[in-house]
Amino acid sequence: MTTALAAPARTYRDHGRPLWRRILLTHEMAIIGLLVLVYLAASLTVKGFAGPLTIQYLLPDLAAVLLIALPMTLVIVTGEIDLSVASTAGLAGVAFGIAHASGWPIGVALVLALLVGVVAGAVNGFFITVVGLPSLAVTIGTLALFRGLAVGLIGTDRVGGFPPELRSLALDRIPGTPIPNIIVVFAVLAIAFAVVLHFTPVGRSIFAIGLSSEAARFSGVRIERTKFVLFVVSGLVSALAGIYYALKTNVSLAENTAGLELSVIAAVLLGGVSIFGGRGALHGVIAGVLLIGFIGSALRLAGLTSDVISIVTGVLLVASVVTTSFLARFRRRRVGPGGKKGSPRPVE
Amino acid sequence: MLHRLTRFVTARETGILLALVLVVAVTTLVNPRFLFSGDGFRDLILSPSILLLVAVGQAIVIITRNVDLSVGSTLGLSAYLTGRVFIDAPWLPWPTVFLIGILFGGLLGLVNGALVSFAKVPSLVITLGTLYAFRGINVLWTGSDRINASDMPREFLALGTSSVAGIPYLTIIAVVVLLVAGWFLRTQRAGRELYAIGSDPAAAHLYGLKVTQRTLAAFIVCGALAGLAGVLYAARYGTVNSQAGYGWELDAVGAAVIGGVAIFGGSGTVWGAAIGAYLLLTISRALPVVGVPDFWQGAVVGILILGAIVLDRLLALRTAKRLTDVHAREQKTPSPKGVAS
Repeated sequence: MTTALAAPARTYRDHGRPLWRRILLTHEMAIIGLLVLVYLAASLTVKGFAGPLTIQYLLPDLAAVLLIALPMTLVIVTGEIDLSVASTAGLAGVAFGIAHASGWPIGVALVLALLVGVVAGAVNGFFITVVGLPSLAVTIGTLALFRGLAVGLIGTDRVGGFPPELRSLALDRIPGTPIPNIIVVFAVLAIAFAVVLHFTPVGRSIFAIGLSSEAARFSGVRIERTKFVLFVVSGLVSALAGIYYALKTNVSLAENTAGLELSVIAAVLLGGVSIFGGRGALHGVIAGVLLIGFIGSALRLAGLTSDVISIVTGVLLVASVVTTSFLARFRRRRVGPGGKKGSPRPVE
Repeated sequence: MLHRLTRFVTARETGILLALVLVVAVTTLVNPRFLFSGDGFRDLILSPSILLLVAVGQAIVIITRNVDLSVGSTLGLSAYLTGRVFIDAPWLPWPTVFLIGILFGGLLGLVNGALVSFAKVPSLVITLGTLYAFRGINVLWTGSDRINASDMPREFLALGTSSVAGIPYLTIIAVVVLLVAGWFLRTQRAGRELYAIGSDPAAAHLYGLKVTQRTLAAFIVCGALAGLAGVLYAARYGTVNSQAGYGWELDAVGAAVIGGVAIFGGSGTVWGAAIGAYLLLTISRALPVVGVPDFWQGAVVGILILGAIVLDRLLALRTAKRLTDVHAREQKTPSPKGVAS
């Protein structure tokens, strides 16, 4: 009995790279390292960057992207994509604003806006898992649809004037720190998402779906149900981000958060999540969002126009995926086409 | 002849064409000026012409199982470059500048294509990156500056605003491009290979098709068409700021998808994408006429895209069922004829 157990354990050890390499030589660690480097370099060279003021101004701007990046990571790991997140956020923000402006209690407005997100996610999930359509096409459609509904509902009007208590609940800083309260909400969600993705059977099945949905199906993973739930969660968190955005700007506009989906996806991919699915980690994604944010505020403080940030985002994204691709090919060549005996097949 | 007729009636593009005719017919019934007035007819065929060019390029790329999200940024950058060249090199004849704009678009397409086909990174990621990078370069270069109509020669501007025999030059250019692209994809070997690559890239590679080269070419053509669209944008609107073409990538992909170009490659035609572009913009213009506030236009576009992909799915399921039925029949009574067809 003991020998039977010992044998697979030994083979398993042969398989793996040493622990330190598995932890340190990853895309996520490279991004985190780059983040630290950028922070240090900017602190030394850019005047006024080092203080807490930078973080105080940066985090409220990043919060919406950070929030949406969490479910987006899970969705992309399953090999799907959700382009409709920013439109969902916009629609939820508009619903929130209209409900508040028509005199409903703020709590009801909040629940209504979150429900809008759930329904939006369920619509995506329905088309993708029940009808079986590609998520890229479906969510391009719902990107237009949800934004269109937001514009249709509110037109060029603007509603706002949200209760100051609620605004300060979201925006006030934790006493003694430059961190706004919304980041606490984000941190709780981030831990929850990270635990689910990296430490539970559900998370393993999410990776399994992304690596090979056929193998996952034969292992008993309920692919459709998992994906459906993920799209609903994506809608819900997007709605939360939309509400936050409306509170932050204190106004609900049809165009709130327009175009945010691309920033989110860029940050998620920069953080090491594979667009093919099956690979990625949340700490990399969070580092990716922060990296783009810090570079942006460093450039702004250095006196460059804030628009340079889009060049940086683009070049970083392209450079990170191109290097990953070339490194993977280089490694494959070194190991040989079939791989070393017992070594795992390189995963892209 | 009958065979051809059946094929036309059952073609995916016919459905979308019918939808377009229906939209125009209903709107014209409500307000005859929508079609039966000089301006109405002109606007009808003129407005979608620039989007048509971008959508045709996008369709070519999507057919190879790729996507180019950077077309809007390419359009904007080419439009600004065109205006810039007119200001900085006024001695150049306008056809040269016209060509420079197209070549520049092709160059940006080459950047995309090279990154996609040599680095073997999915085009969605690469072109998302270049969408940002190109737009950023545009904003950095343009700043708060903008090109005005007075900066460009009159003959060039006439290209975007004048017509011959009631048909705007812009539409003529778009139709010529469409005809050439449609002919090439349908009859030429390289064109057919694009479909093969999109259906199954690995199989196409094993079969000996030049996957890298063809993919690269598709991106260059797509970039060049976005560049052409940029030049014509400058000619038609007369003003170019740093936001020209912002968000066009979604319209272009939407037009292609509505027109029946499958998002995962290997199927669809540029005709469909072109009709999709017309449907997309004609609906936007028709809504206010029939009394729907044009605020709802985005929602209608969304429903249109969803409807189109659901329809494609149903058609595909029907075809699959027919094929398995045929297969099952052949299993029962094996006949050499059935194999040959």
